[in-house]
Amino acid sequence: MMVPSPPARRPAALWPALGIALLIIINALFDLLAPGGPGLVGPGAFLHVSLRDGVPAGALIDILNYGATFVILALGMTPVIATRGVDLSVGSIMAISGAVAATMSVGGRPAAESIALAVGIAALCGLWNGVLVSVLRLQPFVATLVLMVAGRGVAQMITDSQITTFHDATLEYIGLGRPSWLPLPFSFILAGALLGVTIVAVRKTALGLLLEAVGGNPEAARLAGVRARLLIVGTYVWCGACAGVAGLIAAANIKAADPFHAGRNLELAAIFAVVVGGTPLTGGRLNLVGAAVGGLLMQCLTTTMYTRNIGADVAPLPQALVILAVCIAGAAPVRAMRAQKAAR
Amino acid sequence: MSPSISSPIERVESTPTLSVRGVVVDFPGVRALDRVDFDAHTGEIHALMGENGAGKSTLINVLSGLYPPREGTIHLDGREIRPRTPREAQAVGLSTVHQEIDLVPAMSVADNICLGRHPTRTGLIRQGATRRRAEAALASLGMYVDVSGSLGDHPIAVQQMVAIARAMDIDARVLILDEPTSSLDATETDHLFRVLQHLRDQGLCIVFVSHFLDQVYRLADRITVLRNGMKVGVWEVAALPKPALIEAMTGRTIEREPQNTASGSTDAAPEALLEVDGLGRRAVLAPTSLTVRAGESLGLAGLRGSGRTELARLIFGADAADEGQVRVGGARIPAGSVRDAIARGLAFTPEDRKAEGLVLDLSVRENILLAMQARRGALRPLRPPQQMQLADHYIRSLNIRTPDAETPVRNLSGGNQQKVLLARWLAVQPRVLILDEPTRGIDVGARAEIESLIARLRAEGLAIVLISSELDEIVRTCGRVLILRDRRTVGELEGTRITESAILAVIAGAGTVAGSHE
Repeated sequence: MMVPSPPARRPAALWPALGIALLIIINALFDLLAPGGPGLVGPGAFLHVSLRDGVPAGALIDILNYGATFVILALGMTPVIATRGVDLSVGSIMAISGAVAATMSVGGRPAAESIALAVGIAALCGLWNGVLVSVLRLQPFVATLVLMVAGRGVAQMITDSQITTFHDATLEYIGLGRPSWLPLPFSFILAGALLGVTIVAVRKTALGLLLEAVGGNPEAARLAGVRARLLIVGTYVWCGACAGVAGLIAAANIKAADPFHAGRNLELAAIFAVVVGGTPLTGGRLNLVGAAVGGLLMQCLTTTMYTRNIGADVAPLPQALVILAVCIAGAAPVRAMRAQKAAR
Repeated sequence: MSPSISSPIERVESTPTLSVRGVVVDFPGVRALDRVDFDAHTGEIHALMGENGAGKSTLINVLSGLYPPREGTIHLDGREIRPRTPREAQAVGLSTVHQEIDLVPAMSVADNICLGRHPTRTGLIRQGATRRRAEAALASLGMYVDVSGSLGDHPIAVQQMVAIARAMDIDARVLILDEPTSSLDATETDHLFRVLQHLRDQGLCIVFVSHFLDQVYRLADRITVLRNGMKVGVWEVAALPKPALIEAMTGRTIEREPQNTASGSTDAAPEALLEVDGLGRRAVLAPTSLTVRAGESLGLAGLRGSGRTELARLIFGADAADEGQVRVGGARIPAGSVRDAIARGLAFTPEDRKAEGLVLDLSVRENILLAMQARRGALRPLRPPQQMQLADHYIRSLNIRTPDAETPVRNLSGGNQQKVLLARWLAVQPRVLILDEPTRGIDVGARAEIESLIARLRAEGLAIVLISSELDEIVRTCGRVLILRDRRTVGELEGTRITESAILAVIAGAGTVAGSHE
């Protein structure tokens, strides 16, 4: 007898993807219509991709390169939010991770050791969050707020309140590397690989079902024998480890650990990326691809602000407007309206 | 004028207070209401009957402004109304008390009654006036409670009255009650009915939905029956005997399960699967002992709050006992460990299946799979084709009515949700099944199916513990009954001595019964 497989889930990555497309079109129009502008693909245009020192460069490549940080943060945050949690400390964990790696590297330790220790400590930070939330039953918002505030202090202690620059080809490669075998930034390949691994881990095992059950109805999951508390601790450990990787990329991008600014405000960007990607803050559903595309959308916004020469002080306003537009397009009443129209 | 062709009676009367004509409501893939007509008059209690999925709740939600209908009209006192939100419905005089009481437990009783319509002076709430208005509203229902206390501290019955008082406070023309008695005991139900009759005699139009046929016959003046989203007809209660009502609801004649008095519990005693010895928890349950053998079903009877649910949760480990022990098949289970209990073959369907049993947004397949997958662990997933097979197997064998296995459980009716929960446990092949109110809020057809399923499982050698407020269900299903009162066991009945009146006598405390544990 033929037994059909369960159908694939609906792609919730649609809205952030449309957001990215919209931004690219707007940028292209600016380039095209501006008098004396670069035209659609001329040098300096948003869509222009050149080879600089044999590696591709341009705004689009920048988005992939720097977007890796957002994508990885969002991947870590997704299981946390899907189980009704939230992690506000990811920005501070990024700073800690970068500080650890830079300090180790300056101290002459091999890159592999620095990387392992940085990610390990980031995972421990996640464990701390997880224990506060799952064992001591603190509200996730408050529990992770503690590390959000304290973590930056920890990072400053590690670097002695200095911006610590390092010179280590392997460490730098994480953020700046351009593999010869693929015309893409290494950080983006890393993010893509992490996405693939996460999808397999969540959808090819029963992890996804168990996480969604815990997020959808914690008491029902517990009474069905799901190890809800252990799973929740696990989500925070994973989130911390991802923030650690993101911290390495951020440090490598500037060849330095900046305990003051690394990862600052990125927790909010990560939460937004997850939510716009179809994982509701109320939990119970999990969408990794959506979160990753959401992460790219955040970087696309930031890059647009740079290329359009919008100052950092006013950039939040247009950013907020785009975020609002994407949210409204995906909001339940608007979707219902569209569905009604389509039905007629 | 013939509003409904199939109507067995048409009252030639003044215009109805509430008149619904040709209402159509569509959900994705389903027509929930198909050109439904419904009339209710001032000074009558009108029961809306039908199996789960018949469209009762949808019709109520249309009237309370939750689902604007796709087609059709609603007239109130001859004027057309189009309530688009619950607030608009209330403003025109349609007030609904939902099954799950939608009040704010943390706020005071007075604030709940006056919420959104507080008496104010220059924008500030007048606390004294609020209290007096709430007290007056409750007093008119024969209720005298402390209106300053939090609503959540009061029993469900009081909360129910508060919900009705709130409805009355807004000068409702039509009061709609969805399953108002599902959480009430007999005394509380009696009181509610007296209040409703009083309100009717004062000229209120009351629409009443209930699964309890007896209550409908006690209370209602007329009955409208829906089936599969369509109106079957409307009758005077006196003109519609129970069997005819059930036929109208189900579209077929229901065969009653045979009386189950010979339980065979005295045959060469089979293995004691569940042994509970002095199990208790301070302030929750006095030490309780019981034994259930393979192929036996033990009933736990008693009023709500007597300790039945607490006992079940302690046995399963949902709450941790602080004394006594539980053994399944001879192996002791550590207190408060659900996973150990499941591993030893215990299964438990909680009383509130939506809050504690099902993950409503997950599909039928995922809900059925959950306990098995939790036991196998995250790293040993069932392969997708096996998942589908498992789901399809139980959808067929338990006759779960769902469009397909991928439908979210939220979209199923109560009876089918209960079957999904049962399927989840059957998939892990338990030896002891503890069922807390498995037929609560479920229609006649599904109830009979679940009862016969219990009988089948018992015949297969499971030990069953059944909690039910429906004494006839306990009498039909159980070979032995443990009776609880005030959080302790007060008696036990066996075999042919199990009758509704005998159980009631023990609950009421009329003498001790032989075989009592204490």
